[in-house]
Amino acid sequence: MIPLSAYTAVSAVLFIIGLMGVLVRRNFIIVLLSVEIMMNAANINLVAFSHYLESMAGQLVALFIIAIAAGEAAVGLAIIIVVFRGKISTNVDEMNLLKW
Amino acid sequence: MVGVFFTYFALVSIAAGVLTVTLRHPVHCALSLLVLLMHVSGLFILLNAEFLWAVQVIVYVGAILVLYLFVLMLMNLKTDERYFHQSALYVLGPAILGASYVLYNLLRSPFDGAKGDTPAAVVLQDGDTYAVGIKMFSDHLLQFEIVGIFLLGAVIGAIVLAKTPKQLDTERERS
Repeated sequence: MIPLSAYTAVSAVLFIIGLMGVLVRRNFIIVLLSVEIMMNAANINLVAFSHYLESMAGQLVALFIIAIAAGEAAVGLAIIIVVFRGKISTNVDEMNLLKW
Repeated sequence: MVGVFFTYFALVSIAAGVLTVTLRHPVHCALSLLVLLMHVSGLFILLNAEFLWAVQVIVYVGAILVLYLFVLMLMNLKTDERYFHQSALYVLGPAILGASYVLYNLLRSPFDGAKGDTPAAVVLQDGDTYAVGIKMFSDHLLQFEIVGIFLLGAVIGAIVLAKTPKQLDTERERS
C-alpha cells in the first residue's frame, strides 16, 4: 500500500518543476506547458486525496480542472498566434505591449 | 507490485517534467510533456480513477497537447541561443531550499481526515465512471453547468482573438 504522503510528494515535486519553468523559461509556449505541469500536479493531489479519504469530490474537481485547462490552452494559444502575427517575439521578456 | 508501478510512474513523470522545463527545442519540450501526461494517467489508474485516466488520455493528450504541437509547428519557432531568463540562477537556489522544506513537511505529516461516503468497495462495484457520473449529476450539477458556460466563452474568445482582422482602411477608400 502506497502511503498518501508519497503521492503528495510526487505532486509537490511536479508543481515546483512547473513553477520553475514559469519563472525560468523565456519562450511563452514553454511557460504555458509549465502551467500544464502544475495543473497535473494539482490533479494528482486531488485524486490521491479522493482515493484515501474515500470521497468522490476530488475526482470531480480534477475533471473540472482538465476542462478549464482545455479552455486555457485554447485562449492562450490564440493570444500567442495574435502576438506572433504582429511580428513580435514570443519571448516573455520582450512582450511588453500592455506595459506603460 | 503496486509499489513497483508507482515508483516507475513517479520517477518517469518527474524526469519528463524536468526535461520539459530544460530542453532547448520547443517541440522536444512538448513531446516530453506527452510522456509526463501519460505517466500521470498511470498514477490515476493506481488510484482507482479509471474514468480520469480515460479523460486524461483523450482530452489532455489527444486534444490539448495536439493543439500545442500544432501551434508550435505552425509558428516554426527558432531556438534561441539564450533560452533561460538571465535571473535563472537566482531563482534556482531558493527553489531547491523551499522544495526540500515542503517535501520534509509532506513526508512527516500523517494526512488523516473525515472519510467520505464512497469507499473503494463502492467504487469497484459499479466502476469509477458510474460513481463519477452519479456524483456529478446530483451534487455537482451547478459546477458542471458553469464549466459548460466557461468552455463556450473560451471557444468564442479564442475565435475572436485569432481571427484575421479586417482591413478597415481599404474599405473606406473604396466607398
